[in-house]
Amino acid sequence: MYAARRWSVRHARFLESLYDTFEGVMNALHPLWLKIGYDRVEKPITFVERNVKGFLFDCQMCGKCVLGETGMSCPMNCPKQLQNGPCGGVQTNGNCEVIPDMPCVWVEAERGSRLMRHGSGINNVRLPVDNRLKGSSSWLRVVREKRDQQFYGAD
Amino acid sequence: MIFEDEPVPGFSLPILPGHVSPGRLERVLRAGNFAVTAEIAPPDSADADEVYARAKIFDGYVDAINATDGSGANCHMSSVGVCSLLTRLGYAMVMQASCRDKNRIAIQGDILGAAAMGVANILCLTGDGVQAGDQPQAKPVFDLDAVSLASTVRIMRDESRFLSGRALSCPPHVLIGGAANPFVPPYDYRAQRLKKKIEAGVQFVQTQYCFDVPRLREFMKQICDMGLHEKAFVLIGVGPLASARAAAWIRDYVPGIHIPDEVITRLRGAASQKAEGVRLCVELIQEIREIEGVSGVHVMAYRQEDSVAEIVERSGILEGRVPWYPGRSQGAQDSRKAN
Repeated sequence: MYAARRWSVRHARFLESLYDTFEGVMNALHPLWLKIGYDRVEKPITFVERNVKGFLFDCQMCGKCVLGETGMSCPMNCPKQLQNGPCGGVQTNGNCEVIPDMPCVWVEAERGSRLMRHGSGINNVRLPVDNRLKGSSSWLRVVREKRDQQFYGAD
Repeated sequence: MIFEDEPVPGFSLPILPGHVSPGRLERVLRAGNFAVTAEIAPPDSADADEVYARAKIFDGYVDAINATDGSGANCHMSSVGVCSLLTRLGYAMVMQASCRDKNRIAIQGDILGAAAMGVANILCLTGDGVQAGDQPQAKPVFDLDAVSLASTVRIMRDESRFLSGRALSCPPHVLIGGAANPFVPPYDYRAQRLKKKIEAGVQFVQTQYCFDVPRLREFMKQICDMGLHEKAFVLIGVGPLASARAAAWIRDYVPGIHIPDEVITRLRGAASQKAEGVRLCVELIQEIREIEGVSGVHVMAYRQEDSVAEIVERSGILEGRVPWYPGRSQGAQDSRKAN
């Protein structure tokens, strides 16, 4: 159980570099997205994202991906959806109190972060989830934000 | 300590310079005294007198009372309700706010209401999962988590606004608390997690039950090395175990409580297990008190609330202080000092 998810955490460093490359490609393709139209491209990209990340991370499509800060372990899979670290209910074997067979996603996150080059992001205080973004593409959001920053300047 | 300005029940004390709240707990902590807090068991009842009776047990022995918010995911009278009743009598309350049952809209409303009633301390908790309680069918909310809740309260207090940015005409003057559980994995990350809570706004910490002093020492050493004990007051959770059987049950069925085997063996071998449980608790407090960075203890004596006075008295941690309670007299202070 949870084999793919655990594989991703064990290979957090590899996925981190993969993500960096991928983000570059997505940004470079901005003219293409613009030509097709960001709204029109949202649906197919969301489809791909849902399936790829669904397989690798059991992604819940929250729309605001933080995998790069959580050792490639998705905090939305925590039954309490904690964004800032493990609760006090972790079992001695490192499993979840709510789903006793599941490794705590934050125990995993801490493990994954130690493998990553920029793993210290786990210590950032994360704001509450914006529930309006659920179901939307996080990949496109990153590109859009970057585009807006270039256009309007960083805020 | 007798306060120059005795509280008039229902009215707040002035906020001293350098303080964030009008509360007596903050005064005790900032004065460098060893603080004692205890947990009240909210009744399964709509009778105010039951709440008063349960608070009265602690009179003269605790600096503040924690009102739990559906602890263990079991339904009881709400922490807002308990605080509302007890602040009327002038008790210093720590209102526990859990993220399990309410979203950010409800929680921010509660914080304003609590502060208006005279609650000066809010303990920001994630909360137990609903599976732990008597109504596992319930929808778990967890809109915020303990860290974002602490930062929400800080934003409301220091920036005088809601999370949304909408302004408050009067901010809630509260001391912000958080929990820590150094006794469960990932052990190495626990101090780091507390650091994060403190960055978010936490100013006092109440830990889960401590039965493992060596582990606590390690944790407190990390805390002191990081300088966190200077940024937040750390109160260690303690409590009496009723019997070896109760202890084994807690260890196996209550999430997050670590009880070493030696403790259970010791209880099993005792003539009176209950008395041994109290003795163990007193010994733990005395050991804990000597650890660098510890500012107090939080006594959680679930279903044994009547033993709190004895535990506090025998461990000698109040050092002659008589924390305020409704009807406290100078005589009470003198007689404790004499002892």
